[in-house]
Amino acid sequence: MYDVPKLLGSGDSCLVVEFSPAIEMEANIRLQCLRRVLADRKIRGVREFVPTYRSLSIHYDPLRLSREKLEGIVSTSLEQSRESAEVPKRVLVMPVVYGGEYGPDMANVSSHTGFDEDGIIRRHTSVDYYCYMLGFTPGFSYLGGLDEALATPRLSKPRTLIPAGSVGIAGKQTGAYSIDSPGGWQLIGRTPLRLFDPNDEENPTLIDAGDWIRFKSVTETEYRDIERDVSAGKYRPERFVERNGGDMACRS
Amino acid sequence: MSFIVEKPGMLTIVQDLGRWGHQSRGLTVSGPMDQFSLRLGNVMLGNDENDAVLELTIGGFAAVFQEERCVVLTGAELPLYIDGHPAPAWTVHRVTSGGRVAVPAKFDPSVGCRSYLCVSGGVDVPLVMGSRSTFTRGRIGGYKGRALASGDVIGVLAPSPLWRRSEGFVCPAGLRPGRFGDEPLYAMDGPQIDAFTEAGVRTFYSEAYTVTDKSDRMGFRLEGPIISHKAGADIVSDGIVHGSVQVPGDGKPIVLMSDRQTTGGYTKIAVVSTWSAARLAQKMPGDAVRFRRVSEKEATDQLRSFESDLRRLGEMRAAYRSRA
Repeated sequence: MYDVPKLLGSGDSCLVVEFSPAIEMEANIRLQCLRRVLADRKIRGVREFVPTYRSLSIHYDPLRLSREKLEGIVSTSLEQSRESAEVPKRVLVMPVVYGGEYGPDMANVSSHTGFDEDGIIRRHTSVDYYCYMLGFTPGFSYLGGLDEALATPRLSKPRTLIPAGSVGIAGKQTGAYSIDSPGGWQLIGRTPLRLFDPNDEENPTLIDAGDWIRFKSVTETEYRDIERDVSAGKYRPERFVERNGGDMACRS
Repeated sequence: MSFIVEKPGMLTIVQDLGRWGHQSRGLTVSGPMDQFSLRLGNVMLGNDENDAVLELTIGGFAAVFQEERCVVLTGAELPLYIDGHPAPAWTVHRVTSGGRVAVPAKFDPSVGCRSYLCVSGGVDVPLVMGSRSTFTRGRIGGYKGRALASGDVIGVLAPSPLWRRSEGFVCPAGLRPGRFGDEPLYAMDGPQIDAFTEAGVRTFYSEAYTVTDKSDRMGFRLEGPIISHKAGADIVSDGIVHGSVQVPGDGKPIVLMSDRQTTGGYTKIAVVSTWSAARLAQKMPGDAVRFRRVSEKEATDQLRSFESDLRRLGEMRAAYRSRA
């Protein structure tokens, strides 16, 4: 992580604040803090913020906000965000039915890692995963925190269609497909949650960058029940906030 | 009110100024390839600048109107016919109830390839996350998330009062963006300019590149001299914008356009200015382009000058409408 984040121009309507050249949770948490401080300031002319692994892109209208002025605001906000205290740890519980037809690559992961299905499920559900960023498709989250013992290479031949909600492993990454799409991840289960809903104006995606995900193993019957409630618009995903995460401090 | 599509053309899609505000959730902005032609067209009709219109790629479109409306074709000056009679682009025409609007296909690099058919009132498709823009790859927005097809019935919203009075209004030639001829595209150094060798940067800003046929709404792949990296072309994914110039390992630039992904993992040598990216959108496979290294201020001046043109056009239209 850089001592002082770099301000990089990205055309006439975007400023990038880069915190690190690599993937580092500390850098990501810092940029989420900056995003929050800037969003709270409701700066005239700012269109939107796009956090990634290691940088925050600020899209703005240069006819309403000059680059100079924006850079000044970012510099003071960086100091302010450094001083701000702990960030609450927002956790989303994601029910997953593991194996069987929902996780057709469970056997691949098992033979690659040497764990049986129960061992894989236990390891996959035993940690919280940090969402660094969303990308690839709407609502697709890049999660960090996979137990390295579960790392399994991608399929050598990607599937042309993977159903939305499929949970997989690719190298040291894990995550859930947000919409039906092609892909090469090793599928170990599926969540009944709707990760992307274009009709939800406020929160079109269930997960936001900076959230934490906790996978929870459910039976096929529970999966079907939740799926039915989700379709009926009755299901409220389980969310909670942990405030004692010592490693979550915004301070450098 | 609605119109029925007779011929959809190669790629006709509904666009407003784009689905902003959701890139942090991985959602593509979309929007028109040439936002300036769209905005000029809407202003000519007395529409809101952000009203939805049809983006036509090399024409081939025909539709029958079920009610009277005014229309204007902006962007690439393709031939327009109303009830079989030629009608110039950049001029407001009235279409009667049952009238037929046609824009035959034409592949003519001298006029460009993307036209905007704007209708008084604006095209009515459901707002999805605040926008009517079509994102075909994600099957989101527009008309059923896809390009128009024969037989589609497309709604049009109620026009502003006095809409008929815009009939005959012409956009002066000096205010039409045109294709920029052989003018270089303005570009600013990109966030990873330091990843390239001095020779690589010099090559990019001095040599000519050709638009290839692997160019679409997502990005324009260019062919030309290889741009050399210092160490490698891959970075940890970060944000990209309309006009970002990515250079992957093969050293050939890709300019990202309206349907770009929200993040990417290749080094970006430069970013084409907002104005010049829309001019690039009118280029066809085989066209040559050059890049001129400019400051962020020069690029913003292009936008400022357009804003004042747009204001002037609005005033001219108001005067035209209230003529005796």
